[in-house]
Amino acid sequence: MELFTNQVLAGIATGAIYACMALAIVMIYQAIDHLNFAQGEMAMFSTFIAWQLMQWGVPYWGAFVITVAFSFAAGIIIERLLFKPLAKAPILTNVAGFIALYSIVNSVAGLIWDFTIKQFPTPFGSSPFLGSQLISTHQAGMIGVTLLLLLLLFFFFRFTRMGLAMRAAAALPESARLVGINTSWMIALGWGMAAAIGSIAGMMIAPVVFLEPNMMLGVLIYGFAAAVLGGLTSPFGAVIGGFLVGIFENLTGTYIPGVGNELKLPIALALIVIVLVVKPAGLFGRPIVKRV
Amino acid sequence: MSAAQEVVTEAPAIDAVPKRAMTLGYGTSLVMLAVLILVPLFVKNFIIFQLTMLLIYGLAVLALNILTGGSGQFSLGQSAFYAVGAYTSAILMETFNVNYALTLPVSGVICFAFGFLFGLPALRLSGIYLALATFALATAMPQLLKLNVFEPWTGGVQGLVVTKPDAPFGLPISQDMWLYYFTLVITIGIYIFSVNLLKSRSGRAFMAIRDNEIAASAMGIDVALYKTLAFGVSAGITGVAGALGAIAVQFVAPDSYTIQLAISLFLGMVVGGVGWLPGSIVGSAFIIFVPNIAEGISKGLSGAVFGVLLFLVIFLVPHGARQVAVLGQQLIGKFRKS
Amino acid sequence: MTAMLNIKDLRAYYGQVQALHGLEFGLNEGSLTTLLGANGAGKTTTLRAICNMVRSTGSIEFDGAALSGRSTENIVRLGIAHVPQGRGTFTTMTVEENLQLGAITRRDRAGIVSDIERMYDHFPVLKQRHTQQAGTLSGGEQQMLAVARALMLRPRLMLLDEPSFGLAPLIVRDLFRILGKINREEKVTILVVEQNAQLALELADKAYVIETGRIVMSGSAAEIASNEDIRKSYLGY
Repeated sequence: MELFTNQVLAGIATGAIYACMALAIVMIYQAIDHLNFAQGEMAMFSTFIAWQLMQWGVPYWGAFVITVAFSFAAGIIIERLLFKPLAKAPILTNVAGFIALYSIVNSVAGLIWDFTIKQFPTPFGSSPFLGSQLISTHQAGMIGVTLLLLLLLFFFFRFTRMGLAMRAAAALPESARLVGINTSWMIALGWGMAAAIGSIAGMMIAPVVFLEPNMMLGVLIYGFAAAVLGGLTSPFGAVIGGFLVGIFENLTGTYIPGVGNELKLPIALALIVIVLVVKPAGLFGRPIVKRV
Repeated sequence: MSAAQEVVTEAPAIDAVPKRAMTLGYGTSLVMLAVLILVPLFVKNFIIFQLTMLLIYGLAVLALNILTGGSGQFSLGQSAFYAVGAYTSAILMETFNVNYALTLPVSGVICFAFGFLFGLPALRLSGIYLALATFALATAMPQLLKLNVFEPWTGGVQGLVVTKPDAPFGLPISQDMWLYYFTLVITIGIYIFSVNLLKSRSGRAFMAIRDNEIAASAMGIDVALYKTLAFGVSAGITGVAGALGAIAVQFVAPDSYTIQLAISLFLGMVVGGVGWLPGSIVGSAFIIFVPNIAEGISKGLSGAVFGVLLFLVIFLVPHGARQVAVLGQQLIGKFRKS
Repeated sequence: MTAMLNIKDLRAYYGQVQALHGLEFGLNEGSLTTLLGANGAGKTTTLRAICNMVRSTGSIEFDGAALSGRSTENIVRLGIAHVPQGRGTFTTMTVEENLQLGAITRRDRAGIVSDIERMYDHFPVLKQRHTQQAGTLSGGEQQMLAVARALMLRPRLMLLDEPSFGLAPLIVRDLFRILGKINREEKVTILVVEQNAQLALELADKAYVIETGRIVMSGSAAEIASNEDIRKSYLGY
């Protein structure tokens, strides 16, 4: 039993990574109604920017703030330049665009910073948290940051005019235009916010998985899975989903024989798919009523 | 009243291709056929090998076109079926000494069953959720193939070497050339089958489901049957492609069939034009040749160059090669009138 | 009095299909006009063209300024509120959030708050349900919400597309009474597109009849209502 609880706790700790990523994913989904495969790469690139700033002597929190601001701007610019022209193109073409962006960002990062692993500092230290062997102070800090982000997002969407406008633009673009909302700019803003959140996720994750251009792939997949599991319309669900995915991953690794590292991912995904078959809108998503 | 639900009026996620435009006209088809038959006679073996791979990936993209462009189901898992087809063929040939030609129908049938079975739980999923499920399948496959318990059959991480067949009846042509024409005949056969499938009642059922699943069901179409059928057919064709691939490349290994392949096939479908069967070969050419071109332009930034080239293509022709073909048709029409 | 809204030679297209064939009419400030016609005549298309939601050519002028080339949201910001067919309610948001969205382009906080109170005076049922999800309201209530949302813009011109659709006659009467009140007291110019000609003619001062994308008849509402031939040929009663 103790092993079980330990693994669950450890799962929550690693799950904080996926929760953070899942928040960024839900953010973009709220804005543009589909998933951006390049989000992990954008987060990775932002993290490298932070790393580079620190290499140049900028202190951690300074680099953090600059990176988040830069990521916000970059997200908007990328959307305006690359995806606004595709706004009228079919969804699958847009997906191809995401894949192209992934390829570009990954390649450029590899060229600038090469593929050797780098250390990324954490502001929270990495000693055991409250004496526990399972959660380090960094992981606790990560959970804290994720929950804080969630709170901020909740506040933003519920209580600010901009948040209300973004929700409206995502829900019913035509009606939103009829109340005077510039829906095109709402999409750009959504991208900016998603990129900013992604950069925070990257900077939280890098101390654990180490910084290199391919660091986000696994995280992104688990993040997607977490977001889908939680229900793509619910930031709260995304965070819970993240923790659950972390727990799944740990438990399958511990209890199912013969499952090495490689099989953990497909099994976790398979479990999520099973949940989806039972609850197609995810655990906390709003049930979707389909009309002809 | 119950809690608010999200009411979604489903717009078709996949563009309907007008039926007339789903295939090429007779003239263009004959020209293409002539090119495909004659070109290999004049080029080196390695180019012939690449052309063979062009046809093979073309088949795989075609299969995806039937599934996504035809029945509207989004799949990122085709690499799994390709792998199963490849391994089936390799195991039959190397362990059981089955003739290479016979391994094709076996691969096809096994993959059809596999796809059909996968289609069953997939019925509850659509769009992003189906993408995730198929993605899971694609990531699982290389790992499954590496599992120790299967190693005596699959050769584990190293995979299996496959013997390339000689031309039959002692014909004086190279192995590559024979394999090319063999593949060409199979490709043409499958292409004709697919075109007819999409024109048939089943095809119309697929497209009705793609355009509006609820309406299709209300019209009495057995949605479950046709959706799983589409998965099965698509998987079966992909399996045959995989088998041919195994023979052409002369080995199978788990890391040849990663999610990268599934993503490439998806890109091939988009570049060729979703739902436009003739575009499959254009898409296939894109995924085979453009990465090489990108690497040629800049080894260090090959991924970035590829991404840029892909963006160029989708900016210029968001609907893929089909758009070019339609434009071409219109130009020819204007030409004829003047 | 120059017309507030002036439409000349309006042609509108859905892809290759032409829906309006040179439409012409004008609205005077403060008027309550109804646009009548059968299904498919082009009534909805006209409203959509005014808000640039459909491809069109021709001239549409609002207060002398041309509307062509402006995006829908910019046209709305000029003071034109459009209650679309099907109401376009934000069903996943609360009644109050829907009203706030109507005023999303305004900056006067105090004004918005007092306007919401005014909407609750016009439509008491909305006040009762103000924290409920809009999707849980009945058809009539959603229609009132849609009108209230449009009014939150403090529009100079309000366009309504078939507000009576799917509603019981008593509710429609009530709604139209309120529209009349708003037109008189708050000086909002109103253009109502309707299939239900009888009730619309009772409400409006002026009427236009549209058939296959052209205006075929215009006059005061009273004239049109009393002309039996027109009623039988174009309005079906």
